[in-house]
Amino acid sequence: MAHDHDDDHHEHGSELSEMQLRVRALETVLAEKGYIDPSAIDAIIEAYETKVGPHIGARVVARAWSDPAFRRALLDDGSKAVMTLGLLNRVGDHLIAVENTPKLHNMIVCTLCSCYPWEVLGLPPVWYKSAPYRSRAVNDPRGVLADFGVKLPSSTDIRVWDSTAETRFIVLPMRPAGTEGWSEDKLASLVTRDSMIGTGLPKQAREAA
Amino acid sequence: MDGVHDMGGMHGFGKVEPEPNEPVFHSDWEGRTLAITRAMSYTGVWTIDQTRAGIEQLPPDVYLTSSYYKKWELRLERLVVAMGLAGADEIKAGHALRPGKTLKRKLAAIEVPNTLTRGSFARPAAAPARFKPGDRVRTKNIHPQTHTRLPRYARDKVGVIEALRGCHVFPDTVAIGKGEDPQWLYTVLFDGRELWGENAEPTLKVSIEAFEPYLEPA
Repeated sequence: MAHDHDDDHHEHGSELSEMQLRVRALETVLAEKGYIDPSAIDAIIEAYETKVGPHIGARVVARAWSDPAFRRALLDDGSKAVMTLGLLNRVGDHLIAVENTPKLHNMIVCTLCSCYPWEVLGLPPVWYKSAPYRSRAVNDPRGVLADFGVKLPSSTDIRVWDSTAETRFIVLPMRPAGTEGWSEDKLASLVTRDSMIGTGLPKQAREAA
Repeated sequence: MDGVHDMGGMHGFGKVEPEPNEPVFHSDWEGRTLAITRAMSYTGVWTIDQTRAGIEQLPPDVYLTSSYYKKWELRLERLVVAMGLAGADEIKAGHALRPGKTLKRKLAAIEVPNTLTRGSFARPAAAPARFKPGDRVRTKNIHPQTHTRLPRYARDKVGVIEALRGCHVFPDTVAIGKGEDPQWLYTVLFDGRELWGENAEPTLKVSIEAFEPYLEPA
């Protein structure tokens, strides 16, 4: 709902400072108790700010677009296939890649909480965790797509995957037209985060970086 | 638990509002809250399902009006106190007033890269899977007051088993301290009209990941 959004984006100064104080108090207590090491806290934050993010998923998609054998392996066993790219130390189990086609569009949601493929897309955006998305994705996906400025043909089947367990999903979007012979780097520059969640489409060839 | 967290199909929350160039964290405390939660999970004091249940148990008005990481922070305080790891008086004071408990392990900075991988929830099965792809199933009409991963909108509905995803830790038991009780997990596919009635979007299909105890033959 709109209120939730406001809280996330334009916090009142009072809440911000209250939260800073609360978190600092909690961290201090847990560190003094010997449960956590503040330098590990810094390292986790740094990893999510600089190392893990949708650039990893974009490499996976670009490879699948370029290499038919990899595409088949990815659709067959996402975790195993992503491991072979050497982008990550290890990939958790049960990463499932689902492929868009001219007849079928896939969209990922977690209606119960915020399950999301962190290892390949990083931390989820605020909208993915918000009530509007979690409530509407499963019964009004075309309305949700319209909120993102995406309109699909009325004949396209829409498949929504609700991530209700420890399986994780990534959408393999369709390769944009006019990209024949492109390098994987250049293809990866077309792959947006939202295109791998199913709320967006890849950039078109003329928008390439 | 039939709580406000179970949002699938609810009306009235408005438009989805994507934020262009959204930062990973909107304030420093958000990153610290996430990282402290991860570091505490690493000690083995609680499971992922206990942490999910911890969010669901926030009062509904708090759940709906708190930002995502504020919910995480409130959960962290509640779990730490509920498990006797620290007292509310200590959190209020901002300092430990008593020595800590001895926990299984403590996350060091050098170990962090190895903890960015999701844990494995697959477990050996006690019995063969009851269903196979193509089978028609009906989800049960259950309303446990405790944690479950069967969303309300998909209860008492007929769907088709699309895939078997292995045998996994069962959230419904592990969240309440009754053990992992591993269960087969399936992708179950529903027609939009089965879930939302005749006026449903005709091109819509929705799947959930359903544990075997949620299902019966249809």
